[in-house]
Amino acid sequence: MAQSNQPLADRMEPVAGSGTPIVIAPGHNFASVTDKISSIVLTTRTPIPYYLALLTAAGLAGLLLMSLSYLVVKGIGIWGNNIPVGWAFDITNFVWWIGIGHAGTLISAILLLLKQTWRTSINRFAEAMTLFAVACAGIFPLFHTGRPWLAYWLFPIPNTMAVWPQFRSPLIWDVFAVSTYATVSALFWYVGLVPDVATLRDRAKGKVAQRIFGMMSLGWRGSARHWHRYETAYLLLAGLSTPLVVSVHSVVSFDFSVSVLPGWHTTIFPPYFVAGAIYSGFAMVLTLAIPMRAIYGLEDFITMRHLQNMAKVMLLTGLIVAYGYGVEAFTAWYSANYYEGFMMMNRLTGPYWPQYWALIFCNVIFPQLLWFKKVRMSVPMLFIMSIIVNVGMWLERFVIIVLSLHRDFLPSSWGMFQPTFWDWSTYVGTIGLFLTLFFLFVRLLPVISIFEMRTIVPEAKVQEGHGH
Amino acid sequence: MAEFETPTQLVVAANKTREAGYVDVDAYSPIPIEELHHAIGFKHTKLPLMVLIGGLLGGIGGFSLEYWVSAIAYPLNVGGKPLVSWPMFIPVTFECTILGAALTTVFGMIMLNGLPMPYHPVFNVPRFAMASRNRFFLCIEATDQQFDLDRTRAFMNTLGAHEVTTVAE
Repeated sequence: MAQSNQPLADRMEPVAGSGTPIVIAPGHNFASVTDKISSIVLTTRTPIPYYLALLTAAGLAGLLLMSLSYLVVKGIGIWGNNIPVGWAFDITNFVWWIGIGHAGTLISAILLLLKQTWRTSINRFAEAMTLFAVACAGIFPLFHTGRPWLAYWLFPIPNTMAVWPQFRSPLIWDVFAVSTYATVSALFWYVGLVPDVATLRDRAKGKVAQRIFGMMSLGWRGSARHWHRYETAYLLLAGLSTPLVVSVHSVVSFDFSVSVLPGWHTTIFPPYFVAGAIYSGFAMVLTLAIPMRAIYGLEDFITMRHLQNMAKVMLLTGLIVAYGYGVEAFTAWYSANYYEGFMMMNRLTGPYWPQYWALIFCNVIFPQLLWFKKVRMSVPMLFIMSIIVNVGMWLERFVIIVLSLHRDFLPSSWGMFQPTFWDWSTYVGTIGLFLTLFFLFVRLLPVISIFEMRTIVPEAKVQEGHGH
Repeated sequence: MAEFETPTQLVVAANKTREAGYVDVDAYSPIPIEELHHAIGFKHTKLPLMVLIGGLLGGIGGFSLEYWVSAIAYPLNVGGKPLVSWPMFIPVTFECTILGAALTTVFGMIMLNGLPMPYHPVFNVPRFAMASRNRFFLCIEATDQQFDLDRTRAFMNTLGAHEVTTVAE
């Protein structure tokens, strides 16, 4: 079998002569799958590069802490937000992070319902990515309020002022949608972890590890009755998460579409935002998966099939997003609405034209390379593509928010927005927080779902017709 | 308790055990096996019904909250909309439905399974650590009506297991 130096799973090994790459490399059984994945967690020697990476990420997270502290003390003035551009990097980053989170839920829930077994090796860390992305996202609505110590005003709790939230506002819908999304994602992730943590409990050497994993696994022993309820619960959660993920980003899009601003007030936003979320989310999954599989030698589990499929999903959602851009432009012309037309021309030729054209390049033009099989099979190209798509999606949110705000109906209200150091430091800081959480997750918990990987090795199949 | 090496062996053994009349049986595996819960006679779980009820309660609760706040506790004229502007109440109602259903799913599943249960007699068997890796176990409980240490042990020895052990309390 080993005729070249390429890792086994990177080659186009046929499955039953079909010519498609494999989902899991041959030669694995329950034991090897378990050992390979749990060895990353249970090793007693943490490699030095890991500490360096964690330290760097934690440093950036520290930058976030500094930025947020200074923000709370001094106020929103340290950012570039002004009138008319009341929302800028804060909401751009919020929508960017929430969008990234959506791919994790899609992989876990929607691909499960569609019986796509290729989701198995990527769903665990994709869900973790969702959780950490939502955590980073939540920082922005909280802190951009100006008086974050009054954030409790957003929640419908009885208070001494006899005041209640206004439920007709998308901003309140956001509170419910994002809170529900965070809760359900955390629960889904934790439920998936229980059997794997039980595996770690049984294999851990140190007393502390055994105790902690023991508590986290709730005493899971793999009883068939428990598995039956567990699988039922897992399917139910997947079925619930599917409409949830669509609704959450639709509600986020309502923040804009329920308003009256040109460029915001459009019915295409819910599907456009959801498609865009999946687009950037899969890009982030690729950004994380490609280094991780190389560093930890997981090419047997995260194979070329996975990378190719993710690339194809990116291409599909990229085309939907491109369609959305086309519709916006067409509607601006077809509606014969003066303000809508101006909004479009301002995007193409106004002061922020570099951002808009960079957006078109990153989201529409460059990803068309994914039509070519050579590009989809090239791991470095996929990595570069994923970074570019993420940059493009950030630019998309920036263009939507800042360009519609800075020049709306009345020229006397027009203004410009310049990001300040603190805008950037807060954003980079959230990337640091995300990476810190992710690196901790990689070291302390199984990055691939062990029990689900076991179900796709050949020996997991129960042979039919044996003396029933 | 009998130990097996493949899921097929476990399912076959479980079927034989059920046909022999044993009811208080449990099987342990590192993976969920679809055929297995039928084989040991565990047919129906109340979980889906609980989740439906949880979801409905969540939805009704969410809508009631919005109704009460918008029409009774703090009515506001927003854009001339009626106080009970129900189309605008849908997003929050939907999210509360999902939240109620999801919480019921997770906590219902955990509680129905009797977890957390850090101690169970099967953990006393040293080989049982393999149940979370690559071995499959079938256990006949002593509380079963047909249970008799020698006869049950002899029966288990006929199942083609790798090893049969007795589990102490």
